Amino acid sequence: MTAYAIRRFLGLIPVLFGVSLLVFTFVHLIPGDPARVMLGQRATPEALMRLRKELHLDKPLFLNVKAFQETGDPKALLDSQYAVFLGRILRGDLGRSIFSKVDVAAELKARFPATFELTVGAMLIALLIALPAGIAAAIRKNSVFDMLVMTGALIGVSMPIFWLGLLLIYVFAVYLHWLPPSGRLGIETSFQPVTGLLLLDSLLRGRLDVFVDALRHLVLPSLALGSIPAAVIARMMRSSMLEVLTQDYVRTARAKGLPERVVIYKHALKNAMLPVITIVGLWFGTLLTGAILTETIFNWPGIGKWLYDAIQARDYPIVQGGTLFIAGVYVIVNALVDLSYGLFDPRIQYR
Amino acid sequence: MQNPWQRALSRFFRSSSGKAGLFIVGFFVLAALLAPLLAPYDPGKDRNLRQRLKPPSIEHVMGTDELGRDIFVRVWHGARISLRVGMVAVGLALVLGTLLGLFAGYFGGRVDMLISWLIDILLAFPSILLAIAIVAVIGPSITNAMIAVGVVQIPVFARLMRSMVLSLKETEFVAAARALGAGHGRVIFRHVLPNGLSPLIVQATLSIATAILDAAGLGFLGLGAQPPAPEWGVMIARGFQYFTRAPWISLFPGLAIMLAVLGFNLLGDGLRDALDPRAAR
Repeated sequence: MTAYAIRRFLGLIPVLFGVSLLVFTFVHLIPGDPARVMLGQRATPEALMRLRKELHLDKPLFLNVKAFQETGDPKALLDSQYAVFLGRILRGDLGRSIFSKVDVAAELKARFPATFELTVGAMLIALLIALPAGIAAAIRKNSVFDMLVMTGALIGVSMPIFWLGLLLIYVFAVYLHWLPPSGRLGIETSFQPVTGLLLLDSLLRGRLDVFVDALRHLVLPSLALGSIPAAVIARMMRSSMLEVLTQDYVRTARAKGLPERVVIYKHALKNAMLPVITIVGLWFGTLLTGAILTETIFNWPGIGKWLYDAIQARDYPIVQGGTLFIAGVYVIVNALVDLSYGLFDPRIQYR
Repeated sequence: MQNPWQRALSRFFRSSSGKAGLFIVGFFVLAALLAPLLAPYDPGKDRNLRQRLKPPSIEHVMGTDELGRDIFVRVWHGARISLRVGMVAVGLALVLGTLLGLFAGYFGGRVDMLISWLIDILLAFPSILLAIAIVAVIGPSITNAMIAVGVVQIPVFARLMRSMVLSLKETEFVAAARALGAGHGRVIFRHVLPNGLSPLIVQATLSIATAILDAAGLGFLGLGAQPPAPEWGVMIARGFQYFTRAPWISLFPGLAIMLAVLGFNLLGDGLRDALDPRAAR
């Protein structure tokens, strides 16, 4: 198991290396001179030159063939923009925003809790809907209820998430005034967070009013973001349950005269959960990194919204650093999900 | 005796989701084809400020938007854009992904390592982020949105095809073809590819659904089709600003997206029942 885990994580290195190459190439394919963008149109040629040198923009992109030919030193070959870039990200330095000058790594750290909280909220809502619905649909296969659940699941995966978000805002915020339409806290609420996870922080500080306010803000975006995983998990739960219910040990349990409730919840459910747990894990990674549309609609101050704003403003260090960060989180979560199979399913032997 | 295609056809028409999907997709395709004939439309000139923000009525069944444009006509013409984006994007992904998967699976070794590495890199990005990043580089437009949404789907087809080739490579008919002296090209395109076609068709149908959703998301973010094009995602985004006063502007394009995506999802499920009976449940 440990050997497999180590191999699985070592396997991430070439992928992450490729990701860094791709992101670097992408950002440098964008037309325009970053030095000019940073200094503005009226910058003097000297100032431009100085900044270009400071940013290593005067070096070649990938391999410094010229320096290699001049010196004959193989190390000179790596005196390039990409090498500088890679060296910096390995030290955890993702650079600074062109416009606001904030440190990209620090800002990512500050915004990650908001995205994490939204992901957990969305996943909880998805599980609360999907697990009971999927189990009940499997038990009453081909009933009206089953058809309703399956139709609902199909509609759930077919609905554009940004449109569902708008509908939720219209119905619950604009029309019914039950819930706030955007943000994480009301403007009248003043609160100094500890970890950045507002639900946790408010309890730590004993501020029940803040807890309720944060929870109310969390409901609508979680519902919107959770809709697709809810649909996928419900379908998975149903088909997995149906498969398990045809197994011999379920028939044995029934033959022993166990009540149907015990057969289903003690014997069948445990085994039916295995593939569901995998899907939940993979979706957790997706939600954690893919909430751009939801965060934009609900004005949620997480990573997705920040990245989208940076793309609109052409703030490349943020785009570069944010994309790298997201891809990194995504592949690591997926690797962890991979490894967790063994924890939940003792039959799996890692070689 | 029926041949396999007739059997698949009869299985398809026994599946209710397949029939429903075919009906919905057929409806959208027909609407898209007939739109320029029955309701010629020039989005650049359509303006009627006296009819601004009117709710649905007999005259305007889906109401009008902030420029007094009839939403029904725009949603109708939007079908042309969304279907084209979905099909072109998936066509691109299907061709490139299938070729990559074929080569990786068939040749193995270093070719496989290189292609699998590229695929893993693409899969390291959440799909919408990758699409957004591609458009950020090549610029927002409907053509670029097609490319972005298509590139995002390449790994899906490459992985599918690769795993199929790996199992087909071991079959006796491939060994027989090789023994008869068939070259790589002939073995790949005459023996391996046709036998892997069914799952590809199913996946392509389901991918069109995803592509339509992704392209609408790009349009909504201002990174896909540009106004005044009657693209559904763009229409929802424009309606967002008038949402409290005139919710119908965003409501109907969204319904259209949902129905079209639902149609392709149902059609894909039905095709799976028909072409791949073992995987069906």
